[in-house]
Amino acid sequence: MNDVSHYISLLTVLLLAVFVGFEVISKVPTTLHTPLMSATNAIHGIVLAGAIIVLAQLFGAPQQGPLMTILAIVAVALGAINVFGGFAVTERMLQMFKRKDAGK
Amino acid sequence: MTTASIVIAFADLVAIALFIYGLHELNSPATARRGNRLAMIGMFIALVGVVASTEGVGWWAIAVGTAIGAIVGVYAALKVKMTAMPQMVALYNGAGGGAAALISTVEFYVVRGGTIAMDDVIAISLVLSAIIGAISFAGSIIAFLKLQELMTGRPVTYPGQQIVNAIVLLAILGLAGWFVVTLGVLPLWAFGVMMLAALLLGVLFVLPIGGADMPVVISLLNSFTGLAVAITGFELSNTLLIICGAIVGASGTLLTILMGRAMNRPITNVLFGAFGAAGGSEPAAGSGGPQQVRSATADDVAVMLAYASKVVFVPGYGMAVAQAQHSVKALADQLEKRGVKVSYAIHPVAGRMPGHMNVLLAESNVPYNQLLDMDDVNPEFPTTDVALVIGANDVTNPAARNVTSSPIYGMPILDVDKAANVVVLKRSMRSGFAGIENPLYEMPNTSMLFGDAKASIDELTAAVKAL
Repeated sequence: MNDVSHYISLLTVLLLAVFVGFEVISKVPTTLHTPLMSATNAIHGIVLAGAIIVLAQLFGAPQQGPLMTILAIVAVALGAINVFGGFAVTERMLQMFKRKDAGK
Repeated sequence: MTTASIVIAFADLVAIALFIYGLHELNSPATARRGNRLAMIGMFIALVGVVASTEGVGWWAIAVGTAIGAIVGVYAALKVKMTAMPQMVALYNGAGGGAAALISTVEFYVVRGGTIAMDDVIAISLVLSAIIGAISFAGSIIAFLKLQELMTGRPVTYPGQQIVNAIVLLAILGLAGWFVVTLGVLPLWAFGVMMLAALLLGVLFVLPIGGADMPVVISLLNSFTGLAVAITGFELSNTLLIICGAIVGASGTLLTILMGRAMNRPITNVLFGAFGAAGGSEPAAGSGGPQQVRSATADDVAVMLAYASKVVFVPGYGMAVAQAQHSVKALADQLEKRGVKVSYAIHPVAGRMPGHMNVLLAESNVPYNQLLDMDDVNPEFPTTDVALVIGANDVTNPAARNVTSSPIYGMPILDVDKAANVVVLKRSMRSGFAGIENPLYEMPNTSMLFGDAKASIDELTAAVKAL
């Protein structure tokens, strides 16, 4: 694939995603801002996917120092903390909103 | 494309749809949990796809890393107290930023090895995601330390702070420029120095920001990590990372702007104003000596509450610190039993996280239709018999309305001073995080009830019950 057109299409995707982000989030009420922040926090845990890809690249490369191997494993661990912890904490917060409005 | 890679690409597509729809479902308390679950399923699909795409290369290292992270992350999430949520979110966010920085570091090494071709887009995105990730990582750790009170929550300032920050930033940009121009062919030490400088900048950037402004900082750091992840996506030509990162970056930015607006302060003032550091030394609002206040006993206040017809609770960070939310709910139940109308006034920046009070009160079963936003509750105060301020300070400070010299002048506040009676629960006469005197405490219709918020509320509940 032509490099320039490849990057242009990636930029297009980025731009559209930014708009989707603004649009979806602007409808969330203040009450849910904390779970929202926590949920988006968990979603950027997708960085774990990046960490896994890079780790596989490193292991496929001809040379790999022990330092880099450790850094790659730490990257995967940090990404996993972000994903699993992020979703678990959001789930816990949202459990508190479970009850429907009691009569006042 | 092989069949396998087509399947993986479709898995990514499904994951993205689930993320966006899941976030959409977060716009109502009724569907929010389903939204989070959908996002979880999306994440699972995406991760399975990625692992499949590695075709087993380095599988044991992936398994070890993921297992460690999952165990640590979930254990911490289940153990943490609801009141410590903001710092927990800060830590997870820091982990994401750290991961982005390390990915770029490892990628730098792989590229040097020559197995992957370098071009200028990869060079730029590699260096940017490394820097932003490192800033987000270090900044989140400082935010955590401040919120956990392992270090002072007050702004840390020193002469020439902005100049030092500017020098560090210039050093980073210089090294980053070198990296891009040479397409990554620069000595390892230069890359190392750049990373250390980025970590340092993250620390320096959060140090001067006071505890009360932490919601804004956490939200901003969240969007930083999102940005770093999106840029990592460019580095790896991975659409999934670009989309998720961009959505989080956009949402974090929006949330940051909304909070700045709620405080009527530009974001630059929050970030660079070292808010409250200067305000304390300035003679605020003319009152020279110690403030003259009226203190009340729990019994007096209990009578006031029990015979009121409308009571508004005004919770702040003090309620979170004292973990008083369950006691507050118990007191509200007692009052409602006597026919008192109870509601809660939630200032947009009360607490240390956007919506912090809502989560705590929801934890103690307060129905969410009793939680009123600032705009809805302010017209209610003139007809309110008692406004009970529980560990909130600056968000109730009437100086914001008319004292132009006050650092919080212009911030929209809860008009508690318009209520017939104001009762302020406070640990001591120490001023709030912003270090500003609160004239509310000297007003004739205000009484102070000193002590730990939880203990005071429990006393009130017992006293109301006894009436």
